[in-house]
Amino acid sequence: MDVLYLLIPLSVVLVFVIGVVFWFALRSGQFDDLEAPGFKILLDDDNPREKSDV
Amino acid sequence: MSTAIAGAGLEAYYRLRDATAGRPAADAHDREGYAAYDDPAFQANFVVSGADGTREAALLLDGVRCSACVWLNEQVIQRLPGVAAVSINYATRRAQVRWDPERLALSEILAAVGRIGYRAFPYDRARADAVYQSERRTALWRLFVAGFGMMQVMMYAAPTYIAGDEGGMPPDVEALMRWASLALTVPVVGYSARPFLLGAWRDFKARRAGMDVPVALGILVAFVASVWATLRGSGEVYFDSVTMFVFLLLAGRYLEFEARHRAGAALAHLGRLVPAQAERLREFPGPVETERVAVAALRPGDFVLVRPGERVPADGTVAQGEGALNESLLTGESRAVAKRPGSRVIGGSISISAPFVVRVERVGEDTVLAAIGRLVERAMTERHRLVELADRYAHWFVLGVLLIAAVVAAAWALMAPDRALWIAVAVLVVTCPCALSLATPVALTVATGELARRGLVVTRGHAVEALARATDVVFDKTGTLTYGELRVAAVRALGAIPLERCEALAQAIESSSEHPIGRALLRHAGAGQVAVEGAVTSDPGRGIAGTVEGVRYRLGGRAYCAEVAGPPNDAHDAVDTSATVVYLAAEGAWLARFELADTLKPGATALVRRLEAMGKRVHLLSGDGAGAVHAAAAALGIHAVRAEAEPAAKQAYVNALQKSGAIVAMVGDGVNDAPVLAQANVSVALGTGAELTQTGADAVLLSGDPSALVEAFDLARRAMNVIRQNLAWAAVYNLVAVPAAAAGLVTPWMAGIGMSGSSLAVVLNALRLRRGSGTAVPG
Repeated sequence: MDVLYLLIPLSVVLVFVIGVVFWFALRSGQFDDLEAPGFKILLDDDNPREKSDV
Repeated sequence: MSTAIAGAGLEAYYRLRDATAGRPAADAHDREGYAAYDDPAFQANFVVSGADGTREAALLLDGVRCSACVWLNEQVIQRLPGVAAVSINYATRRAQVRWDPERLALSEILAAVGRIGYRAFPYDRARADAVYQSERRTALWRLFVAGFGMMQVMMYAAPTYIAGDEGGMPPDVEALMRWASLALTVPVVGYSARPFLLGAWRDFKARRAGMDVPVALGILVAFVASVWATLRGSGEVYFDSVTMFVFLLLAGRYLEFEARHRAGAALAHLGRLVPAQAERLREFPGPVETERVAVAALRPGDFVLVRPGERVPADGTVAQGEGALNESLLTGESRAVAKRPGSRVIGGSISISAPFVVRVERVGEDTVLAAIGRLVERAMTERHRLVELADRYAHWFVLGVLLIAAVVAAAWALMAPDRALWIAVAVLVVTCPCALSLATPVALTVATGELARRGLVVTRGHAVEALARATDVVFDKTGTLTYGELRVAAVRALGAIPLERCEALAQAIESSSEHPIGRALLRHAGAGQVAVEGAVTSDPGRGIAGTVEGVRYRLGGRAYCAEVAGPPNDAHDAVDTSATVVYLAAEGAWLARFELADTLKPGATALVRRLEAMGKRVHLLSGDGAGAVHAAAAALGIHAVRAEAEPAAKQAYVNALQKSGAIVAMVGDGVNDAPVLAQANVSVALGTGAELTQTGADAVLLSGDPSALVEAFDLARRAMNVIRQNLAWAAVYNLVAVPAAAAGLVTPWMAGIGMSGSSLAVVLNALRLRRGSGTAVPG
């Protein structure tokens, strides 16, 4: 049971660590577009000009 | 009176703003810094001149974080002498300001905004996108902090619930868990819940009762009481309820935020078709030497080169080049339109096949695209009557909730003092004004965005409601249901030459014709692979003749062709006597017969039938002659017809319908019939190109295809249904939940789930309107 005194504070620290990781992911733009990347693998980039001006 | 209230409110806001809105921009006090904005050449890009000498500018406001900021900016700008009108759209941060240039310079407006700590720029979509992006990241981050905090706090709470009060858990472990919960709840309340707390604070300062007030009060009371219990080591803690409540609320707000943005994007998409740069020809005609310049730098009279696959940068006429342009993004017509020297082109359309040299005629705010953009902007700033109504009711609702909570707390303090606090919190939390304050605007926003995706731009706030309630649909002019121009209705080969060859020959001979018949033949399907040799001789009123591959052909009336082809026989007679007939003939031979008529648009009959199936009466009013109108009405199955109607007669007709209790939706071309459009409860203009710039209609159908109307009526009806469902749900929920909470049957966590579940339900219900719209995300 004594290990709880270590594990509970550790879990709090862990939450903050995960929070920081997510923060970096968010800052790097990973969540900026949740729809287009899914379609991207299906599309061939054979018309780059059209892409650039839309 | 209003000045006094505004004065007090402004003062309150100043105190608040000093605390929260951040530093006034350092250089904002200096009017000199804005002097460049008064330069007429610079203003040309974002300022338009009104008819009465006023000017109107689109500005992007930086630093607007709340509806109170919108209100403050509107107040400050409105008070400047010489400002005629100002409206600010909270969703896009876009401000439309109209002012009198005689009395006020634009730089003074910008400086006034700068003095209260905001910044105004000429509207620029890159900047607007950046603002959206950073807001979205912040919202996601708040949501994540709340979500992760909630999950972990729940983990600490679960053992306590399972162990129960009988002391199944050592007190020191339980205390440790409480402290851990506290540590994780602090960021949730201090960071994630900030929008609610700040919103409530603003409402409090402005002496308004917004929907954030009970929410913030509930969160704060539950949190502070739980912290107190943790510090003392006894009493109830509700960290789990607090974190969950914040998370679910944020989830609802996030969905609403995205829905609003998506709807805005569908509209804004239309204004984004103009490329940023253009290839300007140094000299024309002459050697092809181009330079890349910003589209804003183009002037009427410039010549630009548009390569295949590129967009036309401004309105103008083709100076050189022949081929097809796709105007679908503008008109919804997916078929390419043939263009040749002299044809008008609209900025934003895409060249498909050939390079064009275009002579620029209208740039910037004068273009058709800019006109559409302004319509869209008006649509987005217009506040809906229902939303305003809902806001007013929400105000009283919230006041009522606060009162009930106070009474309940007092009553329970007498009966059971230890439970009074938590019961009052439950009452605060469980009530849900969301159906009033959230659900109605979301439903309307989603509906407007979906309509825009289908090509119908709603420019007035009441249009959705009126479309839903319309009982009678009046088509103004036959042209809304027909093409309004000659089309080839039937072709028949009369001689040995196959039909396709005849069509190609006719098109070759008419290739440079501007005559309605010639243009109808050219529009007809089938590409001409043959070219006319030498000059085409035309005999006005009778026909034209041209040489193709050594053979002389005549194209024209019966008598004109009979001169070379010999006497006609019965087989050459047209089937439809009302059609215009043109023959193709060569020396000694009749070759083909073309019947031309003003044809019904495809889907027009189906449209009428489907409107009638929806229970709407369909009418046709037209200024055209009785014969043509009755023929069209018979073909369409419309029974209520009025031909040869003057504008005043049309207006009287609509008025009579309204007197008999009908709600009239008017469909017209939106240009000439302003009085009758204004008389109708809602008016839809079928826009094509240039007329859009002057339309006064409540909604504009950009595709020009009336069959999209059925979807529009259907969507509007569904939107009103959703609003009704949401209001009904809110009424039932609150009538059940509030007494239950007051009776002490609801614990804070149940109240949290109930309230946020209820607000999620109304938002999700509104999002159903998107059903079946696919995932076409504008680029």
